Amino acid sequence: MSDGMEQVRSLADQKYKYGFVTDIEADVAPKGLNEDIIRFISAKKGEPEWLLEWRLKAYKLWLSEAEPSWAKLRHPAIDYQDAYYYSAPKKKTDGPKSLDEVDPKLLETYEKLGVPLHERAALAGVAVDAVFDSVSVATTYKGKLEELGIIFTSMSDAVKKHPELVRKYLGSVVPYSDNYFATLNSAVFTDGSFVYVPPGVRCPMELSTYFRMNAEKTGQFERTLIIADKGSYVSYLEGCTAPMRDENQLHAAVVELVALDEAEIKYSTVQNWYPGDEQGRGGIYNFVTKRGACRGRASRISWTQVETGSAITWKYPSCILQGDDSQGEFYSVAITNNFQQADTGTKMIHIGRNTRSRIISKGISAGHADNTYRGLVRVLPKAEGARNHTQCDSLLIGDRCGAHTTPYIESRNSSARIEHEATTSKISEEQLFYARQRGLSEEEAVSLIVNGFCRDVLQHLPMEFAVEAQKLVAISLEGSVG
Amino acid sequence: MLEIRNLHASVDGREILKGIDLTVPAGEVHAVMGPNGSGKSTLSYVLAGRDGYQVTAGSVTYKGQDLLAMKTEERARQGVFLAFQYPVEIPGVTGVNFLKTAVNAVRRSRGESELDAMQFLKLARKKAKELGVSEEMLRRAVNTGFSGGEKKRYEALQMALLEPSFMILDETDSGLDIDALKVVAEAVDAFRNPQRAMLVITHYQRILDYIVPDKVHVLAGGRIVQTGGKDLALELERTGYAQFVGQAA
Repeated sequence: MSDGMEQVRSLADQKYKYGFVTDIEADVAPKGLNEDIIRFISAKKGEPEWLLEWRLKAYKLWLSEAEPSWAKLRHPAIDYQDAYYYSAPKKKTDGPKSLDEVDPKLLETYEKLGVPLHERAALAGVAVDAVFDSVSVATTYKGKLEELGIIFTSMSDAVKKHPELVRKYLGSVVPYSDNYFATLNSAVFTDGSFVYVPPGVRCPMELSTYFRMNAEKTGQFERTLIIADKGSYVSYLEGCTAPMRDENQLHAAVVELVALDEAEIKYSTVQNWYPGDEQGRGGIYNFVTKRGACRGRASRISWTQVETGSAITWKYPSCILQGDDSQGEFYSVAITNNFQQADTGTKMIHIGRNTRSRIISKGISAGHADNTYRGLVRVLPKAEGARNHTQCDSLLIGDRCGAHTTPYIESRNSSARIEHEATTSKISEEQLFYARQRGLSEEEAVSLIVNGFCRDVLQHLPMEFAVEAQKLVAISLEGSVG
Repeated sequence: MLEIRNLHASVDGREILKGIDLTVPAGEVHAVMGPNGSGKSTLSYVLAGRDGYQVTAGSVTYKGQDLLAMKTEERARQGVFLAFQYPVEIPGVTGVNFLKTAVNAVRRSRGESELDAMQFLKLARKKAKELGVSEEMLRRAVNTGFSGGEKKRYEALQMALLEPSFMILDETDSGLDIDALKVVAEAVDAFRNPQRAMLVITHYQRILDYIVPDKVHVLAGGRIVQTGGKDLALELERTGYAQFVGQAA
């Protein structure tokens, strides 16, 4: 048995596959955070006055706040003055007009990540708004989307070209005062994606953004806003990898979704940021606020996430079920290995009548890692007939990791039906022996078992993503068995 | 095919096997019978290479190679197959997926090309039909929610797909009614050929009505205390194991 444990430990040393740094001349704001930096960012982006004011309001509030401490996470204090808040790949003139004008080094980086932008776009019909560090460098398939009236662009671009939409919806789901990290993001966000789907339009392709952090010590403050107008549908994919770094990188993104009457938004994430080494050194701190508002009647928002990276994950993609008959879904796989920590889950706030929500969370822990599911299901007095089903499963690999489940359920309507199921299991020595007796290696066995455990969630990912996610699940846990 | 010499093994520091000598030539079926706690299952786990089963002395040669030096999966790929007494459930992993991975792992090590999904499915369906394993069972998670009989038929199916050369049947008859036993035992018996050998571990002789052994060994107190022909099994059925208990200890 101890033999197995040794193997586990040595195999857990699986190196981060995507650790490399692109040498690109960054256009960087001075280190630290103050009003001048915020004005610098705003000016750099040519923003209107109202947005600068909004940023400054957020900044002032942030100064008076303290980092939240309720999550089951431990990390050294973050020195917010010891980071850069703006960095952008250098533009030759006014930015690339086509892929040919994109810095070849940048494209090379995507190649290494297995994201051949042009090929992928052409072959898979995926429109990609690539965020490299903080500024969008290339957007494809814009024409096709434009014909349908769909806006898919960078946040900076949207601020310039569609200020009325941005002003109407920015901060309407996650207000600048929402929480410490969202407030910080509101003050310093640099870029992100913006999507607007007009009434009755079904977006014909998966919209996809590849985020990638590059410049050293650059906090990433993406801000994404997706609006699905009445009767429309959109599926959005977000996938990430980051280069290897010794120092912790802070990431505090905000994603806001708005679904109007009978609209549907599917938001899928595969997150594979650098998790730190096997000693727990380095890795990304990921403090994200993701929230969707089912504002219209019979609207629907579905979050699917596969979280395998980051040293720290603090993330609760949530749904505010405001419209009658609206539906919220949360499907999550969170994998922690070595010294990774994840505190993740969701909030389903039932406001409208006959609102429904479904939560399936699969937490997998290996090495010395800690994995916490934290969820809230709240039914407000007017949510007549609200229904929730939560399934929360934890899988432990080895005997040094932890799995924790912290569900909060608050119902203020007696007609509500709320179900919570939870299981904790371990990959047993017996299962591994059985599989190995049939000729499978330990890695193959673990990969099969874990993928089987995650199946209910992975099947909610769009096809091309599901295959990638399966591989990622296998890579993240290779050999971490005991 | 298999040569066990003076094999000693312990679990958690407690010696279970106390010097086993056993030779199974190719083409033969040997039965190992014995009372509960005599070390029957330990012997099968040691041969298959389960973690926690410590070999303290002796040797096992398989096809001229040192079996004990091989990793568990390597033994399987070289053709050692253990039909489990209690096959473990693996929730979420479909049979098709599991079996395809196993078959391809074995094929790879034999230098054969891997089967793609369609080729595998065709093969699996054919073998499943022969063994009375339904298509529905192939789609279900491995052993999950299967009845005792279904589990054993599933073990036989895996044997048919992996085409091993040395098979260990660990109390395959346990938990089977007479009809199910007949189906499984006859299926296993059909695998007999001059290139294969088999070790049938059992408490009762009834499975040996279908898989008639060339030799019968009695295991008691961690040692082989008697060896005979197939009639020995019938004799044991009459007299019981009482005469051996305490003899070897």
